Parts: sequence; structure tokens; C-alpha cells
Amino acid sequence: MSERLIPSNPSISFVVNGEKRTVNAPGMKRLLDVLREDLHLTGTKEGCGEGECGSCSVRMNGELVNSCLVPALQAEGATIETVEGLGEAGALHPIQKAFLECGGAQCGICTPGMLMATAQLLAVNPHPTIGEIREGLAGNLCRCTGFKRIFDSVIAVAAGEMNAEMEHGTGGAHAG
Amino acid sequence: MSTSEKTRIVGTAVPRKEGVDKLLGRARYLDDIEREGMWHGATVRSAIPRGLIRAIGFDRRIDWSEFTVVTVADIPGRNHIQLINADQPVLADGMVNHCEEAIVLLAHADKHKLREAVDAVNVEYEPLKPVLTIEESERQDTIVWGADNVLKSFLLEKGDVDAAWAEAAHILEGEYRTGAQEHLYIENNGVIAERNEESGITVWGSLQCPYYVHKSLLAVLDLQEDKVRVIQTETGGAFGGKEDYPSTLASHAALLAMKSGHVVKMTYDRMEDLAATTKRHPSRVRHKTALDGDGKLLAMDIEVATDGGAYTTLSSTVLSRATLHSPGPYVCPNVRVSSKAWATNTVPYGAFRGFGAPQAIFAVERHMDEIAAVIGMDPVELRRRNFLHDGDTTATEQVMREPVILDKLLDRALAESDYYERRKRFAQENPTSSVKRGLGIAAFYHGAGFTGSGERYLNSLAGIDVTPDGKVRVLVANTEFGQGTNTILSQIAAESIGIEYDDVEMAPVDTNVVPNSGPTVASRTTMVVGKLIERASLQLVGILRVRAGLKGDFTRKEFFAACERLRDQDGEVVSLCRYEAPEGIFWDDQMYRGEAYPAFAWSVQVAQVAVDMTTYSAEVEEFWSVQEVGRVLHPVLAGGQIEGGIAQGIGYALYEKVVWKDGRMANNQMTNYIMPTAEDVPQIHVFFEEIPCRFGGCGAKGIGELPHDGPAPAILNGIRDAIGVGFNAIPLLPEDLFAQLATQELKAEVAAL
Amino acid sequence: MRGNADAHELIAPGSLAGVLELIAGAPGEWTPIAGGTEIMVAHAAGRLREKKLVSLWGLGELRFIEVSGDSIAIGAGTTFRDLRSNGAVQIDAPLLAKAATWIGSIANQSRATIGGNLVNGSPAADSSPALLVYDAEVELISIRGKRRIPYSSFHTGYKRNAMAADELLYAVRVPLRFERHKQYLRKVGTRRAMAISKVALAGTALLEGEAVREIRIAAASLAPFPTRLYQTEGTLQGRPLGSIAIREAQDALLEEAKPIDDIRSTAAYRSRVAANLLGEFLNELLAAEAHR
Repeated sequence: MSERLIPSNPSISFVVNGEKRTVNAPGMKRLLDVLREDLHLTGTKEGCGEGECGSCSVRMNGELVNSCLVPALQAEGATIETVEGLGEAGALHPIQKAFLECGGAQCGICTPGMLMATAQLLAVNPHPTIGEIREGLAGNLCRCTGFKRIFDSVIAVAAGEMNAEMEHGTGGAHAG
Repeated sequence: MSTSEKTRIVGTAVPRKEGVDKLLGRARYLDDIEREGMWHGATVRSAIPRGLIRAIGFDRRIDWSEFTVVTVADIPGRNHIQLINADQPVLADGMVNHCEEAIVLLAHADKHKLREAVDAVNVEYEPLKPVLTIEESERQDTIVWGADNVLKSFLLEKGDVDAAWAEAAHILEGEYRTGAQEHLYIENNGVIAERNEESGITVWGSLQCPYYVHKSLLAVLDLQEDKVRVIQTETGGAFGGKEDYPSTLASHAALLAMKSGHVVKMTYDRMEDLAATTKRHPSRVRHKTALDGDGKLLAMDIEVATDGGAYTTLSSTVLSRATLHSPGPYVCPNVRVSSKAWATNTVPYGAFRGFGAPQAIFAVERHMDEIAAVIGMDPVELRRRNFLHDGDTTATEQVMREPVILDKLLDRALAESDYYERRKRFAQENPTSSVKRGLGIAAFYHGAGFTGSGERYLNSLAGIDVTPDGKVRVLVANTEFGQGTNTILSQIAAESIGIEYDDVEMAPVDTNVVPNSGPTVASRTTMVVGKLIERASLQLVGILRVRAGLKGDFTRKEFFAACERLRDQDGEVVSLCRYEAPEGIFWDDQMYRGEAYPAFAWSVQVAQVAVDMTTYSAEVEEFWSVQEVGRVLHPVLAGGQIEGGIAQGIGYALYEKVVWKDGRMANNQMTNYIMPTAEDVPQIHVFFEEIPCRFGGCGAKGIGELPHDGPAPAILNGIRDAIGVGFNAIPLLPEDLFAQLATQELKAEVAAL
Repeated sequence: MRGNADAHELIAPGSLAGVLELIAGAPGEWTPIAGGTEIMVAHAAGRLREKKLVSLWGLGELRFIEVSGDSIAIGAGTTFRDLRSNGAVQIDAPLLAKAATWIGSIANQSRATIGGNLVNGSPAADSSPALLVYDAEVELISIRGKRRIPYSSFHTGYKRNAMAADELLYAVRVPLRFERHKQYLRKVGTRRAMAISKVALAGTALLEGEAVREIRIAAASLAPFPTRLYQTEGTLQGRPLGSIAIREAQDALLEEAKPIDDIRSTAAYRSRVAANLLGEFLNELLAAEAHR
């Protein structure tokens, strides 16, 4: 039987997508599991458990982190943003819109992490070069797209942020 | 619908059908699903590659009464996964034939107790001598499968190869090897199984082929067809890795669910998925080739050997495709291909994008460049002189009746890549640079759909229905796993009927709801199943015209109104069609002759590579791919398929190595199994030439696998161009490049280039 | 997830003093965890033997970059993102800023700390070669006070270091005396990003005319821990740089290097590539001299 130390499920509070949440969880429970199991925010995914694939990426205190590597206790008092906070049905975030139009998502499993990495990149660097885009997304593995249309999506949304509103097109210059 | 007509929806970049949910993070993949009172399942696996099981001990530190334990004795039906051969057990029965083979299944409500319990099952083995490579298997001094270790063999013969050597101006031999490759879908395998007294068993899973799973469960659980229900959940990548493996996983979860009475979820973490599930077949291909004085092929004698692992799974069909793709897109009057799939005591290999073609095409396209170097001909010219054209016959005596535009594809690839200019520039720059650059090409076809009579055997059924609230539903068992099934089939239905894309939705891929339209493999979905949807759509319109007053150029409102009138008469609105083989397609399985495929997709690819002689690392700097895949139904999805396949092909060539230690994958972590990141992939340029195909849905041919066939040989040909050394084995890691150079002691010569 | 969160205890005393008291009171019982980019991987693999962990995350006392007269002091809790984006580090310890960009990915850089990198003690540690050729010092702290040792003395064996059971790594100090030195750092990994180092070479050198007045060369993955290549340096010290000297230095490196074959690479490759990197560095020095 497993050794149970001082049973310790401390109360941990943090803000997730603008809302204060409190959970009772072991300090060494992964933030990823707290999000998915305690808060039922299953948008954030587990692909490897080693911090290699980035599908668990969330933003924590304005930085991109792999939530599979963050012990819950260290999220105390943090401000966390997940894909669920990015946009809504009928009101997609410009990043989500760009991915939809440019083909940045295929199977979709890497997509939540990829969107958060993109959000982080553009928050820090609103007009990244292609080299900076590659670096910003290098921690998010996509097995389906070959990354090209993800790059296109990021470039599109970065360009769109210069304009007032991005019009919904049918792929336009980014298709084919 | 004529394939030359202007189309409204097909050919446009409509939004991905399930795209919004994926982007919102609302798409529900298997592990996102939680069920009340759900238990978890885990597997006790073999630690050795081959041996007898002497005893299975359950350590007393665990209270086993809390657990459900399943062994081979608990299997109600047959202890075999139903695939081509029924030789793969669901659970090991007294003997193990590969590391990670499943022996015991456990279920418990608590995942952590389950983990401890797995470690507390002690299996005692009597190890037997394992066979771990093709060469060891070929020696046949240890027999591990059947009578002779041969899982399957083929012999393809055209003309008289043996007589041709005497007339040859040149004879060249070469041996080419490819390693195992892991799919690395970002979503690991997972299923949920639920026993239901009334309806038997229901399984939800991340999978490609619900009816394959259905068929296996019937046999394993000894249940009637209507007692087994399989439902595909949103699937995070597959690439062939979820074609057959889910049948094993589903059987495991179902056995646990049946015995425990609980809903059971079984998911693999990355370490387990990497170590225990299928991979691409390793291969060794030998070429002996005769050419005349003009560089025209006179004879090709090809030996193909694949490593099938411990059980047959799909090794025979992979071998078949490898055999049929091994002569390349060339005319050759005398061809012999003798191929064998060898059994070894390694984790059984399975389907992976390309399915034997990448292995075969690596060999022939590398060989063409070696030939060109030896006979002193431009590798481009050598290919031109030997390309198939309209009316030529292939190695199986199939006459090319559809247009073959390899010359056009080649010309375009050379133009787009500025091939000759770049090579000239590199030839000037390389001597004084520590980074050497070169360009390499590959030309190839990919047979679309199942070989020969495969589609007849599948006998697919598919179609559409119309719901009372005004939606057309596509009824197929074909699955979406990123490649665009949902979008494409919706486009075809909408186009063929004459309604809007948003009027169409996909019925859930649930064996209780949709007919068996065949597996989602072999690049067949758009071409074959799309055709069925096209026909079923036209069929429905025809019925509505005859029986429900639909007239002339109807509007969408009129269409749906007519559907309701039909529903009043029939109680439902359904239109299904069964597969019809195209005329004139005859395939002789015994002689291995005839129309191997009803259609071919064609491609020429160019890779620009840079070899850093300080670190011996090769990288792909830029990549061009020109292909003809019939009509392009969706420019963004089609481009995405090509780009994604190329990225995987680059991984296959330069990064993705499975490290074996005593029959086990030693690098079963993403830290150590290396795929290219966003910083590693080159700029990729994709160009389509369109020639609509009569047989395909809205004129399309298969596209998904084609792009993975070319990158490896194109890249290694580019390396040869860059440093003048030919490498014939992949993956080619810097350590391998270094080791070969060191052996050949060519460093000085390379520096003087 | 093979680890059991219930089987571990993680506490966060909230101050450096609190942590030091805790580990002094029970030496060796509490394992410090900063960003967790190593420990959490072991946890997920079910291989985290340490049951009791004390969190260093969020301790402002450990996360600082301070320039004082003759050195930059970098708190052990400084993340690699902090390092790469800090102006003083970019100017005065550019090799360190460069190494910081190579750690994992953007997400790893937000959490991985320089202290964790050094204490984890992998022979492939990304920040080590740069610190070695900068003659860095490490500052250790306990309730008994602080002490400094050369970083080159910090690693004492494979994954073993000079810290006492009640000590924490407090800071790394990089002397500000390399402004005029030529500097070199190159890492060879399995791919361009998220790559564990197969071999890496760092160098700082000061030439007087063509003669080597000062030279420091350090490598990752050529020994059980990151190390200076003293014998190799010895062949160059005081000599005029030329193709023969370079060749001899490379031969010395091939002698001195003791890499191993492992899952990522081979000893032969590591040695040869390290020698090539050394050649690249020395030829750059030569070229720079020639262009004065």
C-alpha cells in the first residue's frame, strides 16, 4: 500500500480565466490535473507528461508554462489563462479566427496549447518575424500540419491586429 | 456531376466542419470524458522478448480483492485480434513473443492503486532465444513464427530479368535500409468500455476504423453483432497508428468492463504508447538494375524484406504495397520483385502513412541517383528517360489509361525550386563553406485506395439521410482525425445535392448509426467513400424528383420541403449506395498481375539540404512538392495534408530513430524520440496540377499518404549532391553521417570539393 | 501520470529564512524544488523518490540580477527568461544570455532556474559551460551563513556537488572582466529547439598579438559533469595561434575528453564534434586577429 504522509490537501486559490477558484489538492498534484479534474477545464491536454509537447501550455502570471510541470501549490495566488478563456462560440478570439481560416488546426489536440503559445508570443511581441514565430512555438509539437499553416495563422492575426477588425474570408491569400 | 463543371463548394476553402469546437477547446477527446463510477484499466506486460510464462504471481502486499483481474482464462470467445491472420493474441497464453506483450489486465477505481498493482504482479519466465532483426530471422536457425518465420511473401515477375543482364551496358546493385518510425500522434491511445446487460458492450475510442474494432470484439467476447457498439471520439491524430491497435485496446477494456461490471477507461501514457503499440515496418531493399547505353532501364531485380514483428497484423498488405511501389514510376520491360515479411520478437509493426511505399520508394529513388552518379548522367535526365507515360505498362502489366504527367510535374518542380541555378551556386560556394548545400529530387506515385480487389471485398455502404429539422447527415463509418473527412464529405454532399455547406452535418461515427463504409486508411476516403456520398446524393435528388415533386433548378428550401414530402410517404429520408468497382479493373492475386490500383496519385519533390560539416548535421532548408491528385476539393486541407506528410517524411529521414535494447524501445519518451519542431521544419512550397479522376468523389484521388513517400529519398539525394557521399540508410542522424565519413576517410576529399 | 501526488508532501515556507531553517533542522530530508522542470518529469514517470519537497518558487530573495562593481550576481531562483531578457547579462555575460535561449522552449524558460540547472548537475547542463569560461563563483547559503566557491569546484562527481546537507545554492557570480575577451558558445543538440545537449563547447580568450594570453575552454557532455578542459587550454597558453597550434589543441581535446555512448549520441561523435567546435572557435580567434 502507498505510504501516506501527513494527509495534506491544502486549500489553493488562483484566478482562472478571470474567475477566482479554490481547490483542495495535494501540493504535488500537477496544475494540469487540477485544471482538468478539479475544475473540469478539459481544453488543456496532456500529450507527454514531460514538458516536451506543449499541449498542456497555459499562461500563468503573464508567462507561458507547461502545466504538467507545475505543482499545484506553486500556482497559489496566480493568474491563469487557459484556452477556455480565449474566446466563445460566436465570439472567437482573433487568434482562433485566424487558425480557423488559415488551416492552423487539423486534429486539434495540440491546438489549445498552440493558441496559448500564440497568445503569449503576441502579447510580448505583437509583430513577430517568422524566426520569432518559430521560436515562440518551438515548444508546441504539432504532428499534423507541418507548422506551415500555423505560421500563416499567426502572421494573419498579427497583421489583423494592425487593422480595426479582421473580416471573415474564405481563406483568401492564405489558402492553397 | 461532370468533373469539369464549375463548382460552388467543392474547390473552396470552407471552414473545417468541427473546427470551431477544436479551437474553443470544447472538442471532447477520449481522456476528456469522465463517467460516474468509472474505473481505470492497466496492463501487465512482458519484460522479455520471447519466452514461456512459468508462473504469474500476485504479491501479497496488495489487497487483490479490490481489483478486477483478467487473464487469458477470462476470454469468452477467441483469444485473437481479427485482422488478416488471426495470430495475434489478445492476452499472452503461456508464451510471450515480444516485449510489452499484454499478459494480465487489472482494473480499479483508483489510478494510483492500479499503478502499484501493476508493479506487484510478478511474471516468471523461461526465456527463449529471441530473433530481433531481419537477418536473424532469415537465418532460420530459430523459428519464431509458422514453419519458417515468413509472415508473407510475394513474387512479381514481368518479362525475363535473368536474360537481360547479358545485354546490359551497366549493371548496378545497391542495398537500402529504413528504420522503425513511430506515429507520435499527440493524443495517446485510449478507450472507454461499458457493459450493458441489454446491448452487450459499448466502446468509445480514439480510433480510425470502428468496424474493425467491432469485428474483433464480436470474436473476442463471443457476442452477436447487435450486442457490440463502437463509437469514435474526437481523435487527436492517427496516421495509421489507430487502424488496428485499437482492436487490442478495446478488447482489453471490454474484458475488464465485462468482468468488473464497471465502466472502464484505459488510456496509455506516452511511455506506454511508445513502447507497446505499432510502428512503421523497418525494411531492407536490394536492387540490381540493368541499363542500356542510353540509360534506359532494361531490368530491375528487387528484393524487399520487411520486419513484421511478432505477429502478422498488417504485414502482408504493407508488403504488398511495398512490392507494387518498389519499381518506381518507370518503364522497365523486365522486372522481378521478390518480397518477404519476416517475423521477429519485437512489438508487431502496423500501418503508418504510406504503408510500405515510403520504404520501397526510398530505395528506388536513392538507387536512381546512385545509378546516375555511376553512369555519369544527370539524375533528372535519367528519370526523364525512364518515366511512365500514357499507354505504358507497369511492372504488373497495368496499362496507364489515365493521364500520366510526370514530365510536367518534374518541369514544374525544377522551375519552382530554381533547381539548376541553385545547384550551380552551391557548387561554387561549397568548397569554401563549412556548410555544404545540395538539392535532391524524388519522383513517385502512390496507388490510391486498396490494392486490386480490396475495395470489392470491403463492399462499402455509405450515404446520407435528412433530419426533420432540415439537416442532411452524412452516414459513414469514416473518421475525422485531422485530415478533413468531415469537411470534404460535407462539401461533396452539399455540392452534389445543390444546397449549402452549412446544411450538411456528419452523423456520429457510431456503429449503431452509420453503415460500414470501410476503414479510414489507404487514402481511400475522399476517392472511394466520397464517390459513394456523391452517388447517394444524386440518387436522393433523383428520388425526390420522381416521387416528391422536386422540380427543375430547385432552391434549398424546395429541396428540404420535398424531403418532408418523402418522409410522409416512407417515414424516413435515407439514400445509401454500395461500392461499384470501376470497369476494366482486373487484378490477379495469384500471379500478382493486372490493375493494381484503380488510380494513381503522382508527385515530384525537391529538397534543399544543408550539411554542417562541423557537427555532421543535415537539415532541410527548403522543400518543394508538386503533385497530381485529381481534383483538389479543398485547397487549405489539401495543402495541409501535403505539408504535414512532408514534415513527417523529414522526421523519417533525419530525426526519428527508435533505439532498441534487447527487443525493447529504449527511447520511449518524447525527450528522446525526436520529431522536428517549428524551428526545424523548412519552408514548404506546395503546387497542384489537377486532372479530375472519373472514379473519385467529385474527381478527387487519394492524397493523405502520397506526400510521405518522397521526402526521405529527396533529402538523402540532396545530401549526396551536397557532399558527394551516398547514404543508404535512414534515419540518417549526425552520428551516422559522421561514422560513415570517418570510415570512408573522405573528409579531406570533401574539404577539397 | 505515474506519480502519486498523495505520496509526496510539498510545503512552501514563504521565505528564504524559513526554508533554511527547515532544511537545517532535518538535513537531507527536504528536497528543494524551484521551477520543477526536472523534478516534475520524474514525478510523472513515477520515479520521484523524494517524498518531502520544499518550494523555492516565488522567493524574491533568490530571484535577482544585480550588477555591482566587479561582477553580476544572479540569484539561484532566476529563470532563464529573466536571464535572456536582462540587459546587463546580454552585455556583460553574453554567453549566458545565449545559453538561456537554448533551454527547452519558451514555456520551460519561464520556469527553469539557473539554480536548478546547476544543482541538477547534468553533464549536459546548458548554463554550465558559459559559467566555467567566465570563472564564475557560486554562493552557498545555510543558517550558518554564506560561503563562496569557484563554480569549477561545485561539481564533485556525476550528479554530486559540494553543498552540505543544509545548504542551498544562493547565487552565481560572474566577474565583469571578459569585455575584451573573444567569446564562443555552441551547443549541438538533437534538433534546433527543445534539444538536450549532445555536446557543447564554450570559450573565452584574450590574445596579445597572435599569442594566447588567456584561454578558458569548457564543455558539456565530455565528462561526468561540465568541466573546464585544462589540458587542452595548456597546449594553447602563451603560444602563438596558428594552424599547428590549433591542430595540437584539438588532439589534446580528443585525449582529454571522456564522453560516453548513451541514448542520445556516441562517444566518438561527441569527441570529434567537440574538437571541431574548438577548431571553429580558434579559427574565429585567428580570423579576428587577422582583421585588426
